[in-house]
Amino acid sequence: MKLICRLSALILLLALSGCDLVVMSPSGDIAMQQRDLIIISVVLMLLIIIPVICLTLYFAWHYRRSNTSAQYDPEWHHSTRLEVIIWAAPLAIIIALGAVTWISTHKLDPYRPLDRIDAARPVTPETKPITIEVVALDWKWLFLYPEQGIATVNEIAAPIDTPIEFKITGSTVMNSFYIPALAGQIYAMPGMQTKLHAVMNKEGVYEGFSANYSGDGFSGMRFKFHGVSNEGFDQWVSQVKNQGSPLNRDAYLKLERPSARVPVTYYGQVENGLYEAILNLCVQPGQMCQNEMMHIDMMGGAGKDSAENRERLQYDTRWTNEEGPGATYPATGHGAKSHEGTEAETAPGSAAQPGKGNDGMSTMPGMSGHEGHDGKGVAPDQLNTNTKP
Amino acid sequence: MFTNSNLLEFIFGRLSWDSLAFTHEPILLVTFIGVVLGGLAVVGAISYFRLWGYLWNEWFTSVDHKKIGIMYVILSLVMLLRGFADAVMMRTQQAMAFGANEGYLPPSHYDQIFTAHGVIMIFFFAMPIVTGVMNFVVPLQIGARDVSFPFLNNFSFWMTAAGAAIIMLSLFVGEFARTGWLAYPPLSGADYSPGVGVDYYIWGLQVAGVGTTLSGINLIATIVKMRAPGMTMMKMPIFTWTSLCTNVLIVASFPILTATLVLLTLDRYAGTNFFTNDLGGNPMMYVNLIWIWGHPEVYILILPAFGIFSEIVSTFSGKRLFGYASMVYATVVITILSYLVWLHHFFTMGSGASVNAFFGITTMIISIPTGAKIFNWLFTMYRGRIRYEVPMLWTIGFMVTFVIGGMTGVMLAVPPADFVLHNSLFLIAHFHNVIIGGVVFGLLAGVNFWFPKAFGYKLDPFWGKMSFWFWLIGFYFAFMPLYVLGLMGVTRRVNHFEDPSLQIWFVIAAFGAFLIALGIGSFLIQLVVSYLKREELRDLTGDPWNARTLEWSTSSPPPEYNYAFTPVIHDHDSWYDMKRRGYVRPLEGFKPIHMPKGTGTGVILSGLSVAFAVGMIWYMWWLAALAFLGIIVVSIAHTFNYKRDYYIPAETVVETENARTKQLAEQA
Amino acid sequence: MSENQAAVSAENPQFYLTEDHHPENSTMLGFWIYLMSDCLMFAVLFATYAVLGRNYAAGPAPADLFDLQLVAINTAMLLFSSITYGFAMLRMEKGDKSGTLMWLAITGLFGLAFLGIELYEFSHLIHEGAGPQRSAFLSAFFTLVGTHGLHVTFGSIWLVTLMVQVAKHGLIEANRRRLMCLSMFWHFLDVIWIGVFSLVYLIGVLG
Repeated sequence: MKLICRLSALILLLALSGCDLVVMSPSGDIAMQQRDLIIISVVLMLLIIIPVICLTLYFAWHYRRSNTSAQYDPEWHHSTRLEVIIWAAPLAIIIALGAVTWISTHKLDPYRPLDRIDAARPVTPETKPITIEVVALDWKWLFLYPEQGIATVNEIAAPIDTPIEFKITGSTVMNSFYIPALAGQIYAMPGMQTKLHAVMNKEGVYEGFSANYSGDGFSGMRFKFHGVSNEGFDQWVSQVKNQGSPLNRDAYLKLERPSARVPVTYYGQVENGLYEAILNLCVQPGQMCQNEMMHIDMMGGAGKDSAENRERLQYDTRWTNEEGPGATYPATGHGAKSHEGTEAETAPGSAAQPGKGNDGMSTMPGMSGHEGHDGKGVAPDQLNTNTKP
Repeated sequence: MFTNSNLLEFIFGRLSWDSLAFTHEPILLVTFIGVVLGGLAVVGAISYFRLWGYLWNEWFTSVDHKKIGIMYVILSLVMLLRGFADAVMMRTQQAMAFGANEGYLPPSHYDQIFTAHGVIMIFFFAMPIVTGVMNFVVPLQIGARDVSFPFLNNFSFWMTAAGAAIIMLSLFVGEFARTGWLAYPPLSGADYSPGVGVDYYIWGLQVAGVGTTLSGINLIATIVKMRAPGMTMMKMPIFTWTSLCTNVLIVASFPILTATLVLLTLDRYAGTNFFTNDLGGNPMMYVNLIWIWGHPEVYILILPAFGIFSEIVSTFSGKRLFGYASMVYATVVITILSYLVWLHHFFTMGSGASVNAFFGITTMIISIPTGAKIFNWLFTMYRGRIRYEVPMLWTIGFMVTFVIGGMTGVMLAVPPADFVLHNSLFLIAHFHNVIIGGVVFGLLAGVNFWFPKAFGYKLDPFWGKMSFWFWLIGFYFAFMPLYVLGLMGVTRRVNHFEDPSLQIWFVIAAFGAFLIALGIGSFLIQLVVSYLKREELRDLTGDPWNARTLEWSTSSPPPEYNYAFTPVIHDHDSWYDMKRRGYVRPLEGFKPIHMPKGTGTGVILSGLSVAFAVGMIWYMWWLAALAFLGIIVVSIAHTFNYKRDYYIPAETVVETENARTKQLAEQA
Repeated sequence: MSENQAAVSAENPQFYLTEDHHPENSTMLGFWIYLMSDCLMFAVLFATYAVLGRNYAAGPAPADLFDLQLVAINTAMLLFSSITYGFAMLRMEKGDKSGTLMWLAITGLFGLAFLGIELYEFSHLIHEGAGPQRSAFLSAFFTLVGTHGLHVTFGSIWLVTLMVQVAKHGLIEANRRRLMCLSMFWHFLDVIWIGVFSLVYLIGVLG
């Protein structure tokens, strides 16, 4: 046993020397504080774990049957003093850890705007944060920069020491937006918006990815985060502006189609209100936006004669009657495990529900739904969430 | 009028030649051939030895809780092999698929494998083995002759087996879900998972869930109503206590799973909008509901393991359990708290800080009673005289391993720390640490401990120790690298990596999985070797471990009626109490014993349930309708049978008891 | 511990019963636990309704759809059926087989009337374009009320089965126990319906 312990410790050391524990050595202040929290909680718990493991092994050895010199007391089974200790010791540690938890959970709440750049520098009124809107698509990431008027796919850049406010949503299923070096993750979900506040403190290129399984192309749903200087950021923005094509609703609807391992793409211009439309599931012409629907619902619904609203609200079935090679039997007649062709352009949604198509949608009357709103969507932030300014 | 293709579609629904997955997948073809050959060999052997009648009369239709318990354990071990094969395939894929190497599993196949691995290990390995051990041991421990509802018990087992059959069917016909083991919508909805995979998942779990819920009700009623005279609640053996709490959890949580899956089913089949993105649906509702079931489920699995360790520590330390009362209170507190922590599975879905902090702290509070339990075992060993039989080795291995898993669990309960660890391989390492280090070690210890009671001979200690060491070392090799990978920011369910520096860790983990495979192999060898050496390992006393609870007072294996006379309890550790105070086994005055009669209804209902599920999965509506009708008719017909019991004649009892008397005399 | 040791020396306790031991019948307890598990399923459906009940998807709301008068009649049917089931149980206590059967039959008729009215309501709603696929609110509504209706359906099938069994074997012990179980089931459905009536219909239309 001991030999094995030593051997594995040795292997551990060898292997550890060649790897990058990004969670334990991050480059952003939020992730740094989260790292500290991991260390604090481990140390607190080791206070009790180490004695327990040592005592277990010691008792197991000392009270072995062959050691007849050890005391044997078959009737001894109660001791009030010991009972108090064995309940109080974990309790004390949990009280300490609970206090740490309560404070840190509030302090590191991803919805809370930052109050410091790093341990030494507080956020001042002059500090100008940057906003990035994140959309998880099947299976790539779309980043919109509302202040710069640009968008990118699978690449993101931000100036260092500048607070970043991420607004996060998705288009089909749940993903999780995670850049380990920067800050903890938060889910990206269609029709809902989550937020994340973070700051990067060191220049560099960092890994980002989806941390929640979302289907076939999930493994390739990775992107690079570039932490750059202010000048570097300006350069990057102008590079995107110069190289990129415009991102309007049509381009988005094409981009939104399932595809995997999409190369980095730049968009120099972004149609107004696109993010709000994505968030409210109404990019497609004729769709009713979720915030409009919620407004109607809040006012008590639209009464019985509202069948056309249903058509205008259908979203999940938008790829009905289209087949892609990734969809499986029996939706397509492809065997489940015969994965033909590449993963590119795999369409997961092609339910066999005839009559639900929305081909006729563009001819629907009253399709002004998406035009009316001014970008102040009332889409639900989250269930369980206290709304924040 | 039907055209030809309409007719075919009516009969076969979505099923076609293409859906026979093994026809175009070499891995599956080989597996399929293996299964067919193996199945033919088994069927052939049973026919050759003319065992069908024996199996049908003595096992399949039996309502004897001991036989049902054994069948549960056998089912779980078969499913362990399937689930473990999935694990090995995943480990191999992840150890290979770096850079230009795509590995040997395309995503569509890999995604089914990790889903199947989770589903099978939880629902069809851990659940049946836990239920099986409880079924076998609890009535014996409380001095009962059977459970409260013996037919229901048989039915529950067959429903679990039917669920397992449905899941196994998906391996060859069609596909399994590609959604992860909890099938979060919208991914599991009709629009993003249009195939049959999620339907297999739903119906497999629903059918097995019926069995689980009913068996929970059954065991609660048994423990509450059927205890031997004198056994007050605070004199119940700890394993019975943990079983009671587990079954309370089952009954209070599985209906939630059932209802949640019904809603998902309606979304998929009837086009409702519970969990869709559009028309007012709310996918997060599903996530909340499934974890309100899912977290208690974790304790459903671990509590019986805690009970087993308690019995083993006390037996092999030759000492009363330290702090019986605090052990009971700890169990009850865990039971209650397990309902107040579900949100910790999705701190990262954007709940407010106060909500997150509340659930984080309640989660940590659970570690207090759990810690108290660990200390209780520790102080049971203190001033004991520990015999290192195989069950005790598992227990020590558990105590050391489990506290590590507990520690990483509390780390994950700190919400900001969870933001960086959620869905990472660190999480995977954590829950395997507690499930393997706790549940699997516990149940394997339990199987080694109670095997002589069930079959009359001990398991071979050499292969038992081999199995233990391979499992233990294999576990550390397989999962410690995953902790490291989690800290390197590697997430779960990925089937291909770019960064080559990760590969070494996956290779180590794969090596660990190989060691665990040796551990499972050793366990199977242990079973065979023990059978071959059964005369040498025979237990004639009924008490091979010098144990303490009531089940060891009867013969090994116990007679059909368990106890010729109902025992009277004066103290906990009642068999120890009896031994100490000079209990004399009764030799005369035997009376006829009233027992329940076996029935084939459970097997038939379970077969019909499989047919119903297949009909629903493949849209063969006629089959589903017929099978459903069949289920109702058979159930009603069953209630018309009023003669469900019989008496074992006094002569038979006398004969059995005299044989035991003779056996004991020879021993002495 | 010292007490125990004293006991050891003092007496030679009895460790088994020489007489036959009959533990109490657990059927009532078991059935009660089953009802609680069923209650949890309804709890999930109620919770779902509570969360999704106002998501009309720009469609009809409860006030547009529900006819309180009809629902009140329906409620009366179910409540009456519970009362008549009570009468059946009273006759059973008296050992009056034909009286029991008569009241059971009346209970069954009330149950069928309830189901008929519910089916009428459902078909009317679907006809108006307010089917379960219209919105999350209607999905939750149809599932909650429909699950209750399914329970009443199974209760009715069970009721008929029991009537046949009582007619065939009389009010024997086993049948009395079964009648008791169905009684609990039937009243349980009543309680659930009161929840449905108040939370879904009353609050929906008036609240």
